Amino acid sequence: MTTERERRFPGPRRGQLLFALAFLALSLLLLMLLPWQTTWLAKSQLVAQPRFWPAVGLGLMTACGALYLARLPWRRFTRFDTAEAKRWAAVAEYAGWFMAYVLLVPLLGYLPVTLVFVLSLARRLGYRRRGVYIAGAIFALAVVVIFKGFLSVRIPGAAVYEYLPTALRAFFIQYL
Amino acid sequence: MDLLLSAIEILMRWDVALALLVGSVGGVLIGAIPGVGPAVAIAILLPATFSMDPIVGLTVLLGIYGSSMYGGAIPAILINTPGTAVNALSTYDGYPMTARGEPQRALSLAYSASFYGGMFSVLCLILFAPVLARVAPLFGSREIFLAALLGMVLVVTAHRGQSLIAAALAALGIFIQTIGFEPVKYTQRYTFDQPFMQGGINLIVVVLGLFALSQAFVLLTSEDETYRPTRLRGGLLQGFRELARHPRVATVSAFFGVLMGIIPGVGEFNSQFLSYTYAQRTSKRPEDFGHGSSEGLIASETSNNAVPAAAMVPLLALGIPGEQLTAMMLSVFYVHNVVPGPGLFQNSMDFVVALYIALAVLNVLVILFLLVATKPLIQVVRIPNRFLGICVLTLSFVGVYSLRNSVTDCVMAALFGLFGYVLKRLDLPSVPIILGMVLGNIMEVKLRAGMARVKEPWDFIDRPISFILFVSILLIIAFHIRRVVLERRDLKQAEAGTRTRPNRFGGLLARRRESLLRVRGRMVRARHK
Repeated sequence: MTTERERRFPGPRRGQLLFALAFLALSLLLLMLLPWQTTWLAKSQLVAQPRFWPAVGLGLMTACGALYLARLPWRRFTRFDTAEAKRWAAVAEYAGWFMAYVLLVPLLGYLPVTLVFVLSLARRLGYRRRGVYIAGAIFALAVVVIFKGFLSVRIPGAAVYEYLPTALRAFFIQYL
Repeated sequence: MDLLLSAIEILMRWDVALALLVGSVGGVLIGAIPGVGPAVAIAILLPATFSMDPIVGLTVLLGIYGSSMYGGAIPAILINTPGTAVNALSTYDGYPMTARGEPQRALSLAYSASFYGGMFSVLCLILFAPVLARVAPLFGSREIFLAALLGMVLVVTAHRGQSLIAAALAALGIFIQTIGFEPVKYTQRYTFDQPFMQGGINLIVVVLGLFALSQAFVLLTSEDETYRPTRLRGGLLQGFRELARHPRVATVSAFFGVLMGIIPGVGEFNSQFLSYTYAQRTSKRPEDFGHGSSEGLIASETSNNAVPAAAMVPLLALGIPGEQLTAMMLSVFYVHNVVPGPGLFQNSMDFVVALYIALAVLNVLVILFLLVATKPLIQVVRIPNRFLGICVLTLSFVGVYSLRNSVTDCVMAALFGLFGYVLKRLDLPSVPIILGMVLGNIMEVKLRAGMARVKEPWDFIDRPISFILFVSILLIIAFHIRRVVLERRDLKQAEAGTRTRPNRFGGLLARRRESLLRVRGRMVRARHK
């Protein structure tokens, strides 16, 4: 039966214990590394020490993280926590997609990679309607034209553009 | 008058006009799409604005910030799904109006209330600017440190029921901003001797990870929903007439919005809560609230739209952002070497007034756009969630990669994206991390500068403003502790009321013993009969 303390907890139960434990473990680990990762300088005020603010941050993280863990109304892992952890891990796939996009743009070019990225991710998500692919292609083209063409954001030209004829190369590097 | 004219002169450029138009229309569109929100849009556009003039870049971002709440009211009223988080209260009274067949009345009332809130706050701040210009120079290093600390304390205490984890996440923000080369003594902090860590972790990378990438992950893993927006019939001007019948509610709500916007770390939610409660308590028909009350809708929409202009006050006057959107804008100032703070009010007052006028023009543009384009605009809620996720992921690349063309930044952003996703799944706040990073940096610099001129600790608060700020911090902490103690007492009383038999092992053994003794007693009595 749900206790009053559980009922008043803001947020879902699943994953809370796992998060609180991981947060506290990370805070403790970083706090233990403080003497090796920061420097204490002689003849310097406490607040001017390079170690002062990391110590404040990590000290508060550990203290508040420990109190948060202690105040959690749950002490045991359930199958819902495991399912939640799996869900967190599953999202890493999309982080992988993002990193693949990042690594391929400097090699193959912004426009071609964006087009392939949008359309293949749409396929991965299960879209099969032609309208979605057309919308995706228009979106990819618009993003490249607006950001690289008009706003001139800093995205370097691709390595493959070096093999293009001179006249085309400059255009591709600057706009696509 | 000269000040006003020179401010108008700053704005009389085609690129500023274009920025106003793009910001206002873009903000309404972004606000109208549930699941995107201004934080995601601003995070993505931030690096793109670095190549623009400060006034142009800030106008685009301010446009998105100020107009997204207008757009957010559309899905809140029509499909009971707030477009931005701050429109959640509008669903209480907006959607019941739609359900009883008055969607155009609810929309026009929301637009007119938003317009009133936006214009009221801009007017207040233009009138208030000379006072600010006089007060801002009184803020030295100590006062700015204490104001930043006050902002941090308010951010933590504003997360009711979650203040412990909010404090822990704010502390994480403080820690993250210390990573890299320490700028004064040139020592390394938590770099693990890795060259890519020496430059530290960029605020924009963290912002993009926590807001844009995490939102993309949420959208990509969600289900597509089918919405059928209600058809609108009739004009959208009637709201102004209805608003004119409730001037008290609208003005008090706008005032709450301005007040809460100025205080760092408080923001839209508290102003809405106060306005809604005030409107309900003073209404002749309080029972209508939550069932399609026009006063309720006016209170929520007026107060949330009064916040953006007011939130610029601590940012411009002291260089202290009160919430995540102004924290992002702070980086635009820094990129252009425009340092917000007392100096800005003393030296570039026309720039400050120009920003406020831009906000006023923006409100006019947005209301005109909405009066004309609401009917086609409703269709944006039909964009499938997962397709939106693809769009946000693609646009996030522009934001992160164009910053420094660094793959390391992208890895960091992806990791913060995963962390932000976990926070969203657990309903934990990510705003304290951003404010911890920004305010932590301000506190580090200002405390060092302030303490250099202080002989005894008490000298730190010997000036009137620093003393007032210090006392405010103590009072807020004392009130928060009191509230926590009262909540704990209330919880204990509630637990005592619903207490059941003990389920500890000792309790179970005692119950078993009692039961066995009862059975044994029955057997003994039966034998002796």
